[in-house]
Amino acid sequence: MSKDDQILEEFTSKEYEFGWTVDFEADEAPKGLNDDIIRFISAKKEEPQWMLEWRLEAFHAWQKMKEPEWANVHYPKVDFQDLIYYSAPKKKKKVNSLDEVDPEMIATFERLGISLTEQKRLTGVAVDAVIDSVSVATTFKETLGELGIIFCSFSEAVREHPELIKKHMGSVVPANDNYYAALNAAVFSDGSFCFIPKGVRCPMELSTYFRINAANTGQFERTLIVAEEGSYVSYLEGCTAPMRDENQLHAAVVEIKAAKNAEVKYSTVQNWYPGNKEGKGGIYNFVTKRGICEGDHSKISWTQVETGSAVTWKYPSCILKGDYSIGEFYSVAVTNNYQQADTGTKMIHIGKNTKSRIVSKGISAGKSQNSYRGQVHVMKRATNARNFSQCDSLLMGDKCGAHTFPYIDIENQSAQVEHEATTSKIGEDQIFYCQQRGIDAETAVALIVNGYAKEVLKQLPMEFAVEAQKLLALTLEGSVG
Amino acid sequence: MEKIAGQSILNSLETQFEAFEKSLNGQSKSAAHAVRKEAFSSLMNSGFPGPKNEEYKFTNFTRAVEKNFELNGTNADFGLTEAQISATQIEGLDAHKIVFLNGIYSSELSDNIQVEGLKVESLAEGFKANSALAQSNFGTKANFTEDAFVALNTAFSQHGVTIEIADKAVIEKPIVLYFIGDSSTAELSYHIRNIVVAGKFSQATIIEKFDTVGEHKSFTTSVNEISVSDSAHLRFFKIENDTEQAYHISNIHASQGANSNFKAFTFSLNGAMIRNNLNIKLQAEGIETYMNGLYLLDGKTHVDNHTVADHMMPNCYSNELYKGIMDGSSKGVFNGKIFVRPDAQKTNAFQSNKNILISDKATVNTKPQLEIWADDVSCSHGCTTGQLDMDALFYLQARGIQKDKARAILLKAFANDVLETVENEAIKDYLAAIIEKRLEK
Repeated sequence: MSKDDQILEEFTSKEYEFGWTVDFEADEAPKGLNDDIIRFISAKKEEPQWMLEWRLEAFHAWQKMKEPEWANVHYPKVDFQDLIYYSAPKKKKKVNSLDEVDPEMIATFERLGISLTEQKRLTGVAVDAVIDSVSVATTFKETLGELGIIFCSFSEAVREHPELIKKHMGSVVPANDNYYAALNAAVFSDGSFCFIPKGVRCPMELSTYFRINAANTGQFERTLIVAEEGSYVSYLEGCTAPMRDENQLHAAVVEIKAAKNAEVKYSTVQNWYPGNKEGKGGIYNFVTKRGICEGDHSKISWTQVETGSAVTWKYPSCILKGDYSIGEFYSVAVTNNYQQADTGTKMIHIGKNTKSRIVSKGISAGKSQNSYRGQVHVMKRATNARNFSQCDSLLMGDKCGAHTFPYIDIENQSAQVEHEATTSKIGEDQIFYCQQRGIDAETAVALIVNGYAKEVLKQLPMEFAVEAQKLLALTLEGSVG
Repeated sequence: MEKIAGQSILNSLETQFEAFEKSLNGQSKSAAHAVRKEAFSSLMNSGFPGPKNEEYKFTNFTRAVEKNFELNGTNADFGLTEAQISATQIEGLDAHKIVFLNGIYSSELSDNIQVEGLKVESLAEGFKANSALAQSNFGTKANFTEDAFVALNTAFSQHGVTIEIADKAVIEKPIVLYFIGDSSTAELSYHIRNIVVAGKFSQATIIEKFDTVGEHKSFTTSVNEISVSDSAHLRFFKIENDTEQAYHISNIHASQGANSNFKAFTFSLNGAMIRNNLNIKLQAEGIETYMNGLYLLDGKTHVDNHTVADHMMPNCYSNELYKGIMDGSSKGVFNGKIFVRPDAQKTNAFQSNKNILISDKATVNTKPQLEIWADDVSCSHGCTTGQLDMDALFYLQARGIQKDKARAILLKAFANDVLETVENEAIKDYLAAIIEKRLEK
C-alpha cells in the first residue's frame, strides 16, 4: 500500500478533527466549492492548521473577486460549482497494455521519439519497470540531497519544511493576486517545491528527475522555487507528449525567488489537449507565473513552448528588484484549429541597471487566435534600465488572427526601451525554394517554422529542444493546403 | 454594476440638456436632434470613463473635468481685442479663414469664401436650414456608444462647420478653422462638430486650431467627421498650442474611399490635458493613409494620442509616425491600433512610436497594438523610449558646440522627422519656429 493510500485509509477511518464529518466514501470531494470542501482537501492532505487558514483566507478573497474578462479569448464560462476539487490520484483509470491506448496517441509518441517505457507511463499503463524508475528517482534524490537541495512535492514540503513554505509561499504571487491565483491558493492539490541552498549549482536539469518521477500532476498545481545566494537551477515543467487528462480547467501558480547572484531558468513545454478539429473540448490553461529577482545580479529566465490547450492564458513575469538583475522571456506559442492563446510577459524594472529581454514568436494557423500581451514597466528609481522586446507573428491561413498588445510604461528618463513587432506569412518563395529541392510543402513549412522559432528553441534544454521541434511540426500538421 | 464614473458631471448635464432642447424650438424634431437625444441617453446610461476603463487607463479625463470644472452650461461674453485674436493665428499663411469666438461662428471675422467647388457653412445655420449635408452626415462616423466624450459632444452639438468640396475641385489655399476662446472672466466650455465631405478627385488641406486667452480653465471638445471620397487627397492638421489651463479632447473620424489619400497631422505643443482620438477606416481598395504626430511637452502637460487604422479592404497602405519629447513632469500616452480585417489581404501597415524623456519626472505610456486577421499582410510596429544619444552629444561637444546647444540640435533633428512630412511651407515654418523656441530655451 502506497503512502498516499495509507493516508487516505487513516483519514477515512477517523473523525474529522474540526467538527465536520465525511459521510461518503471519500476518494473524491463532492462537486462544488465552499469552506467545507477546502477543509476536506486540507484534511485529506493532513495539512497543519496554518495551511488550512491560508487556504480559507484565499478562498474568501476569491469569493469577492470577479472573473477577469479582459483577455482576448472567448470560451464558455466555467461553472466553478460544477467541478470536483479533489480526487485521489489512485482513481486514475489504469489501462493494461498499450494496445488499449488510442492508436493516434501512440503514433504521436513514436514520431516524437519517446521511449516505450515513458509512453506507458504517460498513457497511464501499469508499467512493471516502475520499480526501476523509482530507484532511479531515489538515486537522483540522494545526489540532490547531498548538496542540500530540496526537491519534493508541495505536500511533502508542507510537512517536512514548514518554515520554508511559511516564509516563501505567497510572497511572489499573493493568495489574493488574481482570480485564478486565489482559486489555486484555496484548492491547490499538489505541486513541487525546490530549494537550492547558498552557492550550490544544481548538477542536473531538474526536468530529468521530473520526467521520471512526476506523478500525475493535478489540476491546481503549485510550484515554488527558492534559489539562495549564488545558486543556479534549471527547471523544466511539462512534457512534449500529449497528456491524457480529464480536467477541463488548469489554474496553476508558479513562484520563483532568486537571491543575490542566483540564477533560475524555468522552461515549460505545454501540450495539453487542444480540443478536436471543430474546437470542442480541450483544456483551459489559466496560469499565474511570477519570479522575483530579489538580490543584486540575480537572473530569472522563462522559456515556454505552448502548443496545446484550447485556451491559454498566462504571463510569466519578472520583478527585477535587485540592482543589475536580469529578466528574460522566450516564448513560442502555436495555435491551430480553434485554439486561443493570450500570452506574454511582464517585466517590472525596480532596481538600477536592470535588464530584460523579451522574444515572443507566435504562430497561428487554422481558425485560431494568438495574442501577445506584455508589459514593460520601468519604475522611477530604475536608473539605466534596459529592455528589448521582439514579438513576431506568423500567420498560416486566412481564418486565423495574430494580435499584439504591448504596454510600455516608462517613468525614468535614463531607460532605454525598444519594442518591435512584425506580422507576416510564410513566403511562397521560401516554400517554393524547398519544394524545388524535393522537400514537400508540409516539411518545408515545418522547416521554416523551426527556423523562425529557433531563437527560442535554443534556450530549451537540449533533449527537449529536439522534441519541441518535432512537436511544432506535429501541431501544424494539415495547416498547409 | 458599480457606481458610474463622472456622476456629478452627469447631474449638471441633465438640466443643461433640457435647456438646450428648449432653445432649439422648431429643430427638435429634426433627424439630427434624434441623434443628439440618443447620444445623451447613451451617455446617461454608461457614464464617463472611470479609472479602470482601458481606453482612458492613463488619462483620467473624467476626474480632471470633475475636479476642475463646474460646467454650468453658459460662457461669459467674448471680450478679446483684435490684437489678442490675431495673435492666435498662423502668421504668413495664405488661407481661407473661418473664426469661432467662444465656440460660436463669427461671420465678421471669417472670410467670405468665394471659391468654385468649395462650400463652407456654419453648422448651426445648416441645422436651422435643415441642410441635407448637415442632417445626413451628423453622427455617422463618430460612434457615441464607444466613447462617452463623443457622446457628450454629440448631445450638445450645435456649432461648427460643414465643408463640402466638389468632385475634382482642387482647393489651393488651406482652410483654417480658428476656435478662439475667452476665459478671462470665467471658465469656458464648448463643443464643436465639423463635417467634411471631400468629393471624388478633389484636393484640400484643413487646419483646426483651438486657442484660449485668459486665466481661467477651459474645456473644449471637437469632433470631425470626414468623408474622403474615391481618389480624393485630403490633409488634416490639428495644432494644439493652447494655455496650461486648456483641457481639450479632439476627435477625427475619417472614412476613405478607393484610391484616396488622407494625411492626418497632430502637433501637440502645449495644454493642460489633451486627448486626441484619430480613427480612420480604410473602406475600399488602393487607399493610402498617413498619420503623423509630434508631441513636445513640458510642465504638467498631459497628452494622450489614441489612433486607429482600420484596414477593411485589400491592397491598402497605412503609415504611422508619432514622436514625443517629454520634459518637466509631463506625461505622454500613445496607443496606436492597427486592425487588419479578414478581407484586407495584401495590406501594408507600418507604425512607429519614438519617445525621448529628458526629465526625471516625465513619464510615457505607450501601447502599439496590432490586431490582424488576414494572413497575406506585411505589418510591423516599432517603439522606442530612451534619452538622447550620449555619443552624438559628445560628438557635437567635441566640435565646440555647447552642451545646451548640442542638445537642442539633437532634439530638433529628432522632431524634424515629423515636421518634414508637412508639405505646406508656411505651416512648417510656423511650427518649426515654435519648436525651435521651445527647445532652445
